[in-house]
Amino acid sequence: MTRVSMRVDGVTYTDEVEPRTLLVHHLREALGKVGTVVGCDTSNCGACTVHLDGQAVKSCTVLAVQADGAEVTTIEGIAEPGGALHPVQKAFHEMHGLQCGYCTPGMIMASIDLLKENPDPSDAEVREGIEGNLCRCTGYQNIVRAVQQAAGEMKSSSAGTAAPETTGAQA
Amino acid sequence: MIPAAFEYVRPTTVDEAVQAVAEGGEDVKIMAGGQSLIPVMRLRLAAPETVVDLGRVAEMRGVRDEGDALVIGAMTTHAEVVTDPLIAQHAKLIAEATETVADRQTRRRGTFGGALAHADPAGDLPAVALALDAQMVIAGPSGRRTVPASEFFVDYLTTTLDEGEVLVEIRVPKLAGDWGVRYEKFNRVAQAWSIVAVAAAVRRENGHIAEARIGLTNMGPTPLRASATEAALAGAAASPDAVAQAARSAAEGTSPSSDLNAQADYREHLAQVLTRRAVATAAGL
Repeated sequence: MTRVSMRVDGVTYTDEVEPRTLLVHHLREALGKVGTVVGCDTSNCGACTVHLDGQAVKSCTVLAVQADGAEVTTIEGIAEPGGALHPVQKAFHEMHGLQCGYCTPGMIMASIDLLKENPDPSDAEVREGIEGNLCRCTGYQNIVRAVQQAAGEMKSSSAGTAAPETTGAQA
Repeated sequence: MIPAAFEYVRPTTVDEAVQAVAEGGEDVKIMAGGQSLIPVMRLRLAAPETVVDLGRVAEMRGVRDEGDALVIGAMTTHAEVVTDPLIAQHAKLIAEATETVADRQTRRRGTFGGALAHADPAGDLPAVALALDAQMVIAGPSGRRTVPASEFFVDYLTTTLDEGEVLVEIRVPKLAGDWGVRYEKFNRVAQAWSIVAVAAAVRRENGHIAEARIGLTNMGPTPLRASATEAALAGAAASPDAVAQAARSAAEGTSPSSDLNAQADYREHLAQVLTRRAVATAAGL
């Protein structure tokens, strides 16, 4: 067993784990973070995507011991403390970017990573940006719409912070 | 699916890593980003006794300028390679190919050196390293040695790395002169492996192609150079016809496999088409 300590959604956890424990299993089974799901278990589908030190990774393809000392953010940790949804969560809801919802946690975590790097993506860039995430229900049309809506909202809110005098004009 | 149990060692220097590999027992696996190793261990196609994780070896990460060459630490992630300003300036072909590797999440963890040491014939970076005449710097119990890419890739998933050796960094000579580059990759769906891909670097001089370097992905058990096409292009006119003519010999000397994605003769056809496109784009045609 190896002692690992990681901060998950703002809370520090220290546990003894077997080195072979995958991060996704540690999150779900030891820490109860069941919002992060196991989809394909073969590194393809991206349903298990979380942020490791701010970067989207497939948590079925990371060992828990590799995350020792890291900051992990799961789908459970992105909403405001008061419960207000993250703009990407809100946009997936409003644009109906899901059907069964199983891919959604991973889609949202990958999309947040994409928008951090490219705040104003084209539709093609969104599709490429989430190529590591599979939806098997209904295709990607509404998912792309959701990411675009979130991009618009995040851009205008950050523009509001950076240059408050323009917010009145935009509103 | 959960890997079989193993001992886990996390060195922080190259020397410690070499020592950990030496002390790891009969079956040691070196883990870089783990994006190929962990899936294989989950399937229990590999069940090493010891895993030596290079994730904390800071000296193996990053890119530095050594005058006539860039030196890329083996643990530099694909995402870092794609955004590195030195690579963008002096080795753009690497960035262009790396952008096509797997998907966003995998590029966050997977590493340049890991992809080379894994030596998957369908991997994108071995052919690029070969086309750029990269040099592999390897550390082992008896010190360091440097191996050219042309001697590094030995067979399917096999390199010249001996038991106990670690790929530390990769020296990539800067291209001097008026070079254009292009990575042309053919696959069926997002995040899939290359069915065939072509890495081309072309130097133009006075309306002619002075020199072309062409690496082929997935046209045999190791990456290959399209030597016949390179020879035909040396001194050729920088014209679409001349490039098309030279590209017809792109599959000479290759031995592609047949699998679910493509038969060997189809891969030979793809090599010609993709070579034509890659060279034409690299030559600015």
